[in-house]
Amino acid sequence: MNLRVSAKAIGKMLAATSLWLAACAALQAQDLVVSKATLAQPGGQLVVSLRSEPKTLNPILSVDANSREVIGMMNADLVHINRDTQSTEPALAKAWKISRDGRTYTVYLRRGVKFSDGATFTADDVVFSFQLYLDEKLHSPQRDLLMVGDKPITVKKLDDYTVEFDLSKPYGPGERMFDGLAILPRHLLDVPYQQGRLAQVWSTTARPDELAGLGPFQLKEYVPGQRFVLERNPNYWKTDSSGVRLPYLSTLTFLFVPTEDAQVVKFQGGETQMLERVNADNFAVLRRNESTNGECLRDLGPGLEFIFLLFNLNPLDATKSPDIAAKQVWFRDLRFRQAISLAVDRKGMARLVYDGRATPIWGNVTPGDKLWLNSNLAHPERSIEQSRALLESAGFSWNANGDLLDTQKKPVSFTILVSSSNAQRSKMATIAQDDLKQLGMDVQVVPLEFRALVDRILNTKQYDAALMNLVNGDVDPTPEMNLWLSSGQTHLWDLGEAKPATPWEAELDRLMEAQMTATSFETRKKLYDQAQAIVAENLPFVFLLSPNILVGAQSTVGNFHPAILEPYGLWNADQLFISPAGSPLCK
Amino acid sequence: MKKNRHNALLIGLIVSLHLFVIFPGFLAPYDYASQNREIPFAPPTRIHFFDSTGKFHLRPFVYAWKQDSGPDSGYEQDRSRAFAVRFLVSGAPYRVIGGWTSQLHLFGVDLPGQIFLFGTDDFGRDEFSRVLYGGRISVLAGLLGTSIALFAGSVAGVISGYYGRWIDSLVMRLVELFLALPWLYLLFAVRAVLPLRIRTTDAFLLLVGVIGIVGWARPARLIRGIVLSSRERNFVLAARAMGASDFHILRKHVLPQAYPIVLTMAAYLVPQFILAEVTLSFLGLGVGEPIPSWGNLLAELQNYSVLTSYWWMYLPATALVALFLIYHWASSALQEHTSVSA
Repeated sequence: MNLRVSAKAIGKMLAATSLWLAACAALQAQDLVVSKATLAQPGGQLVVSLRSEPKTLNPILSVDANSREVIGMMNADLVHINRDTQSTEPALAKAWKISRDGRTYTVYLRRGVKFSDGATFTADDVVFSFQLYLDEKLHSPQRDLLMVGDKPITVKKLDDYTVEFDLSKPYGPGERMFDGLAILPRHLLDVPYQQGRLAQVWSTTARPDELAGLGPFQLKEYVPGQRFVLERNPNYWKTDSSGVRLPYLSTLTFLFVPTEDAQVVKFQGGETQMLERVNADNFAVLRRNESTNGECLRDLGPGLEFIFLLFNLNPLDATKSPDIAAKQVWFRDLRFRQAISLAVDRKGMARLVYDGRATPIWGNVTPGDKLWLNSNLAHPERSIEQSRALLESAGFSWNANGDLLDTQKKPVSFTILVSSSNAQRSKMATIAQDDLKQLGMDVQVVPLEFRALVDRILNTKQYDAALMNLVNGDVDPTPEMNLWLSSGQTHLWDLGEAKPATPWEAELDRLMEAQMTATSFETRKKLYDQAQAIVAENLPFVFLLSPNILVGAQSTVGNFHPAILEPYGLWNADQLFISPAGSPLCK
Repeated sequence: MKKNRHNALLIGLIVSLHLFVIFPGFLAPYDYASQNREIPFAPPTRIHFFDSTGKFHLRPFVYAWKQDSGPDSGYEQDRSRAFAVRFLVSGAPYRVIGGWTSQLHLFGVDLPGQIFLFGTDDFGRDEFSRVLYGGRISVLAGLLGTSIALFAGSVAGVISGYYGRWIDSLVMRLVELFLALPWLYLLFAVRAVLPLRIRTTDAFLLLVGVIGIVGWARPARLIRGIVLSSRERNFVLAARAMGASDFHILRKHVLPQAYPIVLTMAAYLVPQFILAEVTLSFLGLGVGEPIPSWGNLLAELQNYSVLTSYWWMYLPATALVALFLIYHWASSALQEHTSVSA
């Protein structure tokens, strides 16, 4: 043992201490978020699969889920929805104030925050970012979200760290609107924006030094056709409770693996550490080997996806499409839709198609959305007898073969479209087909390529019925505005209504508009409960199932707390870490 | 003598195999579409001769499957009740030909028992019945499609190879055009103009048609090559010098050169076309649920969980393998026959 301490060594120690002190002082000058997650050592590499290559790294232009996932890792928003608690929490805004009338939001920004390239973040970046989102010429998909009462919100800089947002109307969801709106570096993007080249910058082939963001990771490398490698952003604005800068991971790699089966094989082989979403069949396969492979598999229960049967109620020209128009006489009859809803075997679908990992639903809000679900809605049990009675009361009859005939004595037969790339929904349609055969209906399932299906539903409107799904991005009713408003772009059963086609659709419009501008949760909940009741009563969709969110990670992944909101497993990527010794962390 | 016996056996096999697939109703114990939602992916029913006390029964019997307790688990035999296997029983009605229906099945078990020789699929449907019914579409579509493709290909190839010059150029450019066409997108377009509901017979004809139209170009190119080379052979030149007609030369001297190639092609096109039907079904151009075809039965295996969990889902492939082996045998027998006589 050597106890001799040289002056040189003491000098080094002092220097180190003073550096450390300086670092502490610097930390205090910055408003850093201190995370409550389990403490860990920095380092470690996480690899996850991505279904296809992101199309862009430009947050203004991104529409596809894969781009958004990668962009989300490199950028940050003012206010963030915590995927676990489903409520908002401060992000780049350390605090915000909403005026009494609900129309002015004053947002106080975090000081001393730096972009990944070292530039300081100020109110100018915020104002600039919203200017881009709101610029009509850029056609940003986020623009719609920032239109309150048909007018864009206005953004004003009060000082370097205070920004004011003015809305033309009170906005029910409040600060939730800021979630997912990346704040962009003005110093890098202002020039291309002025030159009108914004759509061309930050493509997937951009060099790492052309990008800068406020998220936990920054671009390191892109290998076309193979992977995106992100590395930790040393300037990220969160630390753990011991003062260590997040994120813990040194790199986060997205591998492009086009099929889910291939993703599962890679996960089982240890090539990837996380499966962000897996279907029930593969989940069962993984479960069988769980104890030997030591993976950590989680069934989070129903998510925000709902699967439903849609009937074509668009007003069609009877001379141009006489076949469909004739069938619409049945579809428009509520008793016909109710009879179908009573006859389909939701439990059978959940068991046969989802291995029991799905929940039957009778309304648009899934049980995963605990905050907004109207739990008083009726859940009528499956009953072929009641269903037949309903059809009989609507004037339908049966011939000697048991075929169902309408009032004109024409046999009831129609087609159900499904996307041929989704095995689960095709199977559900096959079950529905068999159920409806018991009512004497002759149903044919027609698998179509997804784009052809969407074209028929949104554009040509040449279809009888379709079995499809919708996924909400948030628990709040806001994302559903487009679906339920009679003028909405995704008012699927009857697109582009000039005015509500039925009294209940008019009432639905009123309730949805009212909940958007009400500011207290109780009022909004009451209005939205009524809207859910109207939907369940009038069945524009026959709701079927909500599949469970199934996620997996290797047991060496720490702080793995998947949530039912996207990104399911990576929402807390800044806290994830890999056990250095390879020892199991989960369970 | 020995060879004749072989050939008789072969012909017998081919005839019975095609009878099986053309009249599946009698052999299949159940309807292809009847679901048993309580027992998805049940393994093949075990046939017993000895009961629990060890006593031998001449008449075999089966037990029903019941789900054993707990999630993610399989099935076990419910030994509380045995169901005897019987032959020539009455069961689900099926159509034989035209309007003639029957209820007679080759075998079955006492009700409410069920017998699943190949296990059940994801809806608890009897896989054995589905294989038999599936053959009806796949074998016929495969054979007819192959015949059309080979016939059209042979005619084009022979004309092109034998007459040469501008006819050759014309036919070959056409072949190249057909090979180069982006079929996937054309089929999308075909699907878009067709009505959504396609009757099974129409779907079948559509399958045969598409397979024939897409498939003729490759055989045409190959056969042209053979004809081109044999055209210049000495025996052909000799025949021509003696004043034989084109038709005679083609029939007697050129075409026999192509027989083995055509037969080999046939043996490998049939399975290819049976599988092509899966792709067409994916585009909505094939037969849809619940009607089985070997293509869509095998397509189940593309699912990783099925592939790794339920071995009996491979059984449809055995039917396919048996059929191909027999075709292969038949093609080599034919080849031998033609080469001896030529």
